Amino acid sequence: MAIHYERDDEGIVTLTMDMSGSANVMNAEYQQAMGAAVTRLEAERDEIAGVVLTSAKKTFFAGGDLKLLIGITRENAAEALGFVEEVKGQLRRLELLGRPVVAAIGGSALGGGLEIALACHHRVVLDDDRIRLGLPEVTLGLLPGGGGVTRLVRLLGPQAALPLLMEGKQLRPARAVRAGFAHELASSREELIAKARAWIKDNPQPRQPWDVKGHTVPGMRFGDPGVYSTLSAAPAVLRKKTHGVFPAPEKILAAAVEGALVDFDTALKIEARYFLELATGQVAKNMIGTFWFQLNEIEAGGSRPSGVDRTAVTRVGVLGAGMMGSGIAEVSAKAGVEVVLKDVTLEAARRGAGDTPGITPTDSYADLAGCDLVVEAVFENRELKNEVLAAAESAALPGAVIASNTSTLPITGLANAVTDPSRFVGLHFFSPVPKMRLVEIIRGEKTSDETLARAFDYARRIGKTPIVVNDGRGFYTSRTFGTYVTEAVSMVAEGVPPALIENVARRAGMAVGPLAVSDEVTLTLQLEIRDQTLADDPDATGALGGHPAFAVLEELVAEGRTGRSGGGGFYEYPEGGEKFLWPGLARYAREDAGVTERDVEDRLLFIQSLETVRCLDEGVLTSVGDANVGSVLGFGFAPWSGGTAQFINSYGLGEFVQRADYLADTYGERFRPPASLRERAASGEHF
Amino acid sequence: MSEALIFDAVRTPRGRGKRGSLHSVKPITLASGVLAALARRNDLDTSAVDDVVFGVVTPVGEQGADIARTAVLAAGWDLRPAGVQLNRFCASGLESVNLAAAKVASGFEDLVVAGGVESMSRVPMGSDGGAWMADPETSVATHFVPQGVSADLIATLEGFSREDVDAFALRSHQRATLARDKGRFERSLVPVVDQNGTVVLDHDEAIRPETTMAGLAALKPSFAFPGELGFDAVAIDRYPAVERVHHVHTPGNSSQIVDGAAAVLIGNERAGRELGLTPRARVLATAVVGTEPTIMLTGPAPASRKALDRAGLTVEDIDLFEVNEAFSAVVLRFQRELGVPDEKVNVNGGAIALGHPLGATGCMILGTLLDELERQDLRRGLATLCVGGGMGIATIIERV
Repeated sequence: MAIHYERDDEGIVTLTMDMSGSANVMNAEYQQAMGAAVTRLEAERDEIAGVVLTSAKKTFFAGGDLKLLIGITRENAAEALGFVEEVKGQLRRLELLGRPVVAAIGGSALGGGLEIALACHHRVVLDDDRIRLGLPEVTLGLLPGGGGVTRLVRLLGPQAALPLLMEGKQLRPARAVRAGFAHELASSREELIAKARAWIKDNPQPRQPWDVKGHTVPGMRFGDPGVYSTLSAAPAVLRKKTHGVFPAPEKILAAAVEGALVDFDTALKIEARYFLELATGQVAKNMIGTFWFQLNEIEAGGSRPSGVDRTAVTRVGVLGAGMMGSGIAEVSAKAGVEVVLKDVTLEAARRGAGDTPGITPTDSYADLAGCDLVVEAVFENRELKNEVLAAAESAALPGAVIASNTSTLPITGLANAVTDPSRFVGLHFFSPVPKMRLVEIIRGEKTSDETLARAFDYARRIGKTPIVVNDGRGFYTSRTFGTYVTEAVSMVAEGVPPALIENVARRAGMAVGPLAVSDEVTLTLQLEIRDQTLADDPDATGALGGHPAFAVLEELVAEGRTGRSGGGGFYEYPEGGEKFLWPGLARYAREDAGVTERDVEDRLLFIQSLETVRCLDEGVLTSVGDANVGSVLGFGFAPWSGGTAQFINSYGLGEFVQRADYLADTYGERFRPPASLRERAASGEHF
Repeated sequence: MSEALIFDAVRTPRGRGKRGSLHSVKPITLASGVLAALARRNDLDTSAVDDVVFGVVTPVGEQGADIARTAVLAAGWDLRPAGVQLNRFCASGLESVNLAAAKVASGFEDLVVAGGVESMSRVPMGSDGGAWMADPETSVATHFVPQGVSADLIATLEGFSREDVDAFALRSHQRATLARDKGRFERSLVPVVDQNGTVVLDHDEAIRPETTMAGLAALKPSFAFPGELGFDAVAIDRYPAVERVHHVHTPGNSSQIVDGAAAVLIGNERAGRELGLTPRARVLATAVVGTEPTIMLTGPAPASRKALDRAGLTVEDIDLFEVNEAFSAVVLRFQRELGVPDEKVNVNGGAIALGHPLGATGCMILGTLLDELERQDLRRGLATLCVGGGMGIATIIERV
C-alpha cells in the first residue's frame, strides 16, 4: 500500500506515506491511497483517538506530479480538474474528521507536500537544517492548487502569506515555525512522533481556524481604505520586479485576495480556476520544461560523458585572486574542497581569500603541488594565460585537469600552452561566482572524455549547474548574449530612444538592459572581440563589418566613453546617485525611428534565439536543455520563455520563421532563419 | 428637441479637510442645503422638478444609498421630484449637468436639478474600493496607477519642470484670492448654516493668499513614494520611452481635499416661462471620451474637441475655459494641446486654490464659468475635467 494504516491500542492511527517511487508524489497512486485511508478513518472514527500523518521516505512529500501537470491542456482540463478536486476533497474530509490529525514532518515538505500538511490540524517538524518547507509552485509558473493558497492565506493573512506564495520561499523548520505555518520542532524522529501523539491527547477535538464560526482572514477588513490602498499597491510592487511577464505570482495574488472575500469552500473553487488557467498556459509549460525536466536532466549528468566513473576533486588550485578567482576559491572551499589561491603577490592572494576557511593564499606555484584540478582566472590575455597555465601544469599532480575560466579565448588554442591538451578544458564561471549557478564547460578539440567528466563532477560538487559545449568563439553564452547587446546598440544607431530599448528589454523579461550590460563589459572589449574575430576569420567581415552597432561603439570610445569602469558609456554614473542614460545619446535620436515597441522586443529576443539555433547547427551546443538552461542561468534570458530554444517553440516554429523573415527584410540579414530552422518548422518538429 | 436652459447655479463654500469648517457637517446637510437654497432663491414650486441628479464619487456610508433622493426629502421639497446618484469619478458634477441637459433637451423631462456633493473629510477617497483599484486581477490587467503618478507622467512627457507646475499653482491662488476679495463668487455662493441658523462657513477657506514660489518649492513630491513602491514601473511599462518619472506634484500644486456641494437648475423654455424663471445660458454641447487609463488625465483636450465639433465651434469661439485643476500638469497640457492662452483659463483660480470636492466640482466650475461670462459680458464658455479611469468630459454653454 502506498499509505500504511496502522492503529495502535491507544486508538492513534499512523498513516505512513510510502509510494512506489523514490519520493511521495501527488499522482493517481496517491489519490487512490489517500482516498482509501480517509474512507477507512471515517468508518473507524468512533474507535480512533487521532491520526499521525508521516512518511517513510527521506522527504515528507515531494509535491505535484509534474509529468501530469505539463500535460494539462484546455482539452483535458476537465479531467485534470476532477483529479485536483478529488485530492482536495480528501484533504477536506481529513480536516473535518472530528479527530485530531497531526503531520509529523521528518523531511522536506514542498508544494503538494506542504498542502497536505496544511490540511492537518497541527504540524510538528524535525529540526534538521536540510529540511525545507514551502510552496515553490510559482517558480514553475504554477500556483499551489491543492488548497495551499486558500489555507495559507487564512492561516497567516495575506500580508504574511503572499510573500511565501508569490516568491515560493523555502524555509528551514525553525523559520517555518516563526513564520507561523509550522507549530513545533522535534529534535529527533522519536520526539517527532512523541510530540505528535502528545498533541493528539491534549486536543481531542480540534478545528481548523477557518472552520471556527466567525473566523475572519487576518488583516482583511473590507470597506477600509487602508486595506484597499494596500491591495492596489501589491500588483505594482510585483510589476516592479516582474514587469508583468510572469502570470503565476499575479494569479496567486488574485486567488488570495478573491478567496479571502468568500467562504472556505468557495475560495477553493476560485483557487482551482486560477490554477487551471496557469497550468494550461504556455508560461508554465516553458518553465516546467526547462527548470524541472531539462534542469534535472542536466544536473543528473545528461551532458556528462557516460562510461567515466565519478570522480571527486580533493585539492583545487585557483590562479588569479581577482573577483572571479576569489569567487571560484570561495565556492570550492565552502563545498569542502581544499583550495590553493595563487596570485602574483601574497598580499593579493590573501585579499582574494578573504576570511573563507579552507583557502590557502600563496604567491608560489610550488604550492599547487597535490592539486588534481587547476582553474586559471587571470586577465583575458593570451600570452599571460599561456605562461601561467604551463607553470601550473608542471606544479600540479601529473594527470591533473587544467582549466581556464576564459570567456572569450578559444579553448583549443589555449590548450597548446600545456603539454597534454587532453587534460585541458574550459570552465567558464559567471560573475558574481557565488550567486550565479551556471558553469559553461567547454570541450576543446583534444579534451578527453575523462577530463570533461572530471570537470563536470567538480562543478556539481561545488553546487553549480554545468552545461557542456564545444569550442568556438564566445562558446555559447558569451556569443549569444553578445548578439543581444550588439542588437541594442544598432537600434541606438537607428535612432530608437535608448530608454525605450532598456525598458522594453526588461519588459520582455531580460534580467538587465542591454545598454547597461554594454557599459559593464565595456565598449572597448566589444570592439576588441570584433577585431579579434576579424583577424582570426576574415570571412566574418561580411557579418560584422556591416553591422550598424560598431560605428556607435567607435564614436563613444573615441570620446572616452568606454563603459562603467571608464567613468561612463551609454550611462552616466554620478557619485552617490543612480545611473542615468547619457544625454549625449540624443544625437542619435530620431523623432520617429520607425521601430515599433514590438519590433524592439522581438529584435532583442529573436537575435538570441537565432544565434542559439546557429550554435546547435554548428555543434557548439549539443543539447536543447543546455541551450535553454544556459541562456536563463547564464545570461538572464527571459525565464518566462523557458530559454532561447524554448522561446521558439512557444512562439510557434512557423510563426517564428515568418517573423524572423520580416525582421531580416526590415533590419538586416542577421535575422534570416537558418535552413535547419525552416526545415524544423516545415516538419513541425519542436526543439 | 427643446433647448436645455440654465436658470440658476448655487454652491456651498469649500471647507478645508478634517480641520476645516465643514468637517462637522454631514454630506446630506450640504446636499439638502443647496437644494433648499435653489428653491428659496427662485421661489421654486419644487413639485415641478422631474428629477434631481447628484454626483458622488465615494457613494458609501453617509454618502451612500442614493443621496440625491434622500436630499430631496431632507430639503423639505415636494415628494414628486425623484433623485438619482451617479458616479463618473471627478466628472460626476459636470456629468450631472450634462445628463440633466440631455433629459431636458430630449423632451423627456422639463425641469431637472443637476448637482453633486462630496465630503472628503468624512468619507475618505477610496473608501469604496472598486475592481479597478482593489481587485488585483483587474488592476494588473489595466496598469492601474494612482492619479498623482499619472500627473507626474504627464509632466515628464511634456517636459514641465517643478517651477512650471509651481508657478501655475501660485497663479491659481493669486487669481482665487483676487476673485474672493472682489466678490466674484458671491452670486452662486450659499453659506452653510447649522440647525440654529448660525453660519458655519460663508467663504472658500482653502485659498492661501500668502503662497509664494519659495514656499511651494519647499514641499516634498507627494507621489515619489508610491512611484518607488512600483507604480513608476507600471507607468514605464506602458510608456517605455520614459527613463524615469519625474515627481513634480506636491500638495501645493495639486487640487486640495475639501468638502462641498453644488446644484444647477436646468429646464426647457416652457418650464421656465410657467415658473417665472429667467434663463441665463443654454447648454450648447456636451461630450465624454475615453483615453489611455494609465496616463489617465489627458481627457480634457479630446473631450473639448469633441464638444466643439458637435457645437460646430472652434477653440477661438470660446471666450472662457474652466479646466479642473486636478493637478497643474493637467491644465498646462490642455492649454498646450488646444493652444489656449492663460488669460482665458481659470481666470478666478481653480481647485489648486479652492479645492476639489470630487462629486461637486464639475457643477461648481460650470457655475463659476457662467458667473464670469456674465461679469465680463462674454458669450461662450467651456468647462472640462480630467477623469479617473482615463476619461474626459466637456460642456459648452452660451449666454442667452
